[in-house]
Amino acid sequence: METAQLIAILATAIATATPLVYAAIGETITEKAGVINLSAEGTIMLSAMVAFAIAQTTNNLFLGFAGAAAMGALIALIVAFSTITLKQSQIAIGFVLALLCSDLSTFLGNPFVRIPGPTVPSWRIPLLQDIPILGPLLFRSDLLVYSSFALIFLSWFFFYRTRNGLLLRAIGEQPAAAFARGANVIFLRYFYTLFGGALMGIAGAAFSLDFKAGWSYRHTAGYGWIALAIVIFGGWNPLKVALGAYLFGILQSLASLAQSTIPQIPTQVFSVAPFVLMILVLALTGGDWIDRLLAPLPLSWRRPLAQALQATPPASLGKAFEQD
Amino acid sequence: MSQSLVVRTGSLIVSVLFIVVAILLAGASPLEVATAMWNGAFGTPNQFARLLATLAPLLLCACGLVFTFATGLYNLGIEGQIMAGAIATTFILRLTQEILPAPLVILLGLGAGIAGGLIWGLLIGFLNVYAKVNEIFAGLGLNFVAQGLALYLIFGPWKRPGVASMSGTELFNRNLWLPNFGNTEASPIALLLAVVGLVVTLSVMRGTYFGLQLQAVGRNLRASYIQGIPAIEYLMSSFALCGTFAGLAGALQVLAVFHRLIPNISSNLGFLALLVVMLVNFNPLGLLPVAFFFSALNIGSLQLPLSLQLESSLAGVIQGTLVLFALLGQSLSDRLPKTTPGRS
Repeated sequence: METAQLIAILATAIATATPLVYAAIGETITEKAGVINLSAEGTIMLSAMVAFAIAQTTNNLFLGFAGAAAMGALIALIVAFSTITLKQSQIAIGFVLALLCSDLSTFLGNPFVRIPGPTVPSWRIPLLQDIPILGPLLFRSDLLVYSSFALIFLSWFFFYRTRNGLLLRAIGEQPAAAFARGANVIFLRYFYTLFGGALMGIAGAAFSLDFKAGWSYRHTAGYGWIALAIVIFGGWNPLKVALGAYLFGILQSLASLAQSTIPQIPTQVFSVAPFVLMILVLALTGGDWIDRLLAPLPLSWRRPLAQALQATPPASLGKAFEQD
Repeated sequence: MSQSLVVRTGSLIVSVLFIVVAILLAGASPLEVATAMWNGAFGTPNQFARLLATLAPLLLCACGLVFTFATGLYNLGIEGQIMAGAIATTFILRLTQEILPAPLVILLGLGAGIAGGLIWGLLIGFLNVYAKVNEIFAGLGLNFVAQGLALYLIFGPWKRPGVASMSGTELFNRNLWLPNFGNTEASPIALLLAVVGLVVTLSVMRGTYFGLQLQAVGRNLRASYIQGIPAIEYLMSSFALCGTFAGLAGALQVLAVFHRLIPNISSNLGFLALLVVMLVNFNPLGLLPVAFFFSALNIGSLQLPLSLQLESSLAGVIQGTLVLFALLGQSLSDRLPKTTPGRS
């Protein structure tokens, strides 16, 4: 394979993964706080529609992104209120919202189907863009892609290097202990659920205003479910979550390449292939069999390997917090 | 009027308001929309027949989900189970249509559908129990697998001579169609199967030791295991039963409705059934009226693009809104302070 071709594949992969990075990091933040926002599929779709509708009518990209973030936060508010305050099942509420918001996006987005609208302009970084390989790959993009790189690093830094990040992890792991130490668990869970929801909204805008600019029926289909799977795949660690998103991007990009090289297989199969592989990986990394496989190894090897391969969810994920 | 009734009525009113706002946002008149949907569902005998044709598989899927919900599982893989059933039915029909008499082919097709759904259901159970994959993701993943398989077959080995398209495989011969009421889409056999499914579900859940134990596993997996209930077998059985019902629904989609395999063979009926079961609050007695109402919404909304240039996805908006606010109302009424102890 030529270098140019490889760079093209990887560049497509990064573009494909960018909306996913926002969505998956948003979901990671939410889940770290102990809340599953299962509405991701609907949130991304409705926000994508809202972002396009606003940007198209006002011809203002910033308003489009702000509207999408607000939409994402609003849906997250419903999730937070019903699950944190009313203690309804997170799965039930999230699932209903996933369906409801998808249908709402189709119903309300009808006037915006397949019309031209504004898109995020590309912004090549001077000097850096001329670095061989890395330049064309990383620095000939747009602001949205650069911010996604920053988001990955910043969220990791926040989780593992700051006091507030520690507190966030605490309310997802041991909310009762965090509460006893004076943390306002309810408020923080609300805050991070809304913040994560806003990021998912931006993921939607990244779709309709950048990656697949425009709006059509079920424009972002499947990405919400994949974002949820990638969070598990990445073991709730932003760096590994981002890695998962880029792997998905590479799979998508290879799939479109395979369409031209293996014409015997119908193209439609390739469009679902990465989704399938993602879930298979999830199945392989989830079971206890990794423990058994690693058992003969010395402990010093086993621990980091198991940590890299396995994913443990926050201990209180999906559980309502009873504050007495 | 009890407080909880006030909350429930309130949540219904809020849902209606939400739906009205959505319709106004789309620039339409709620009254016109309601009239169009009513006519779309009940206007002609043909449309009513389509409603019944949707009702049968929807009811079957909802029945299946009663079993997985009883064990506390969210079987989002039901879409894939419908597809697997439809694929298996199509496979058997293609295999045997030339060599066996039609009634036997249909029977084999129904059996294959059940087997396909059951295997797909067990796969989720297997991933859930032995690979520790959350059933939600195992189910969704297998939905994508089933979708990929259906697309592969429709565009690959089973493509129509000359043209492979999203319109699906070649129509089956008329003698392999389940008999219909007159010239409509509704099949008495499909309806009969759905009613039998409902009766079976009701009696198993209400009147058998098995149903009781399923619910015990759902309430507390660990406790029931300690009590000596083979919890894992019960989890697997609930997936298998749900797959059976969904697979039968998939077989009916092929034999009674579409008479071929199409990419969208499940028509989102599995997800819709999840909403139905959530709305009835897992009470099987409510399944029939709610499934009927939801089918009417689905068929009635098909009129919207024709007469009002609106998207038919309004049906989904209405269904989702009703379930969302019902869930909220229910948890709100559960959390009401019990001001009048004793008699209410």
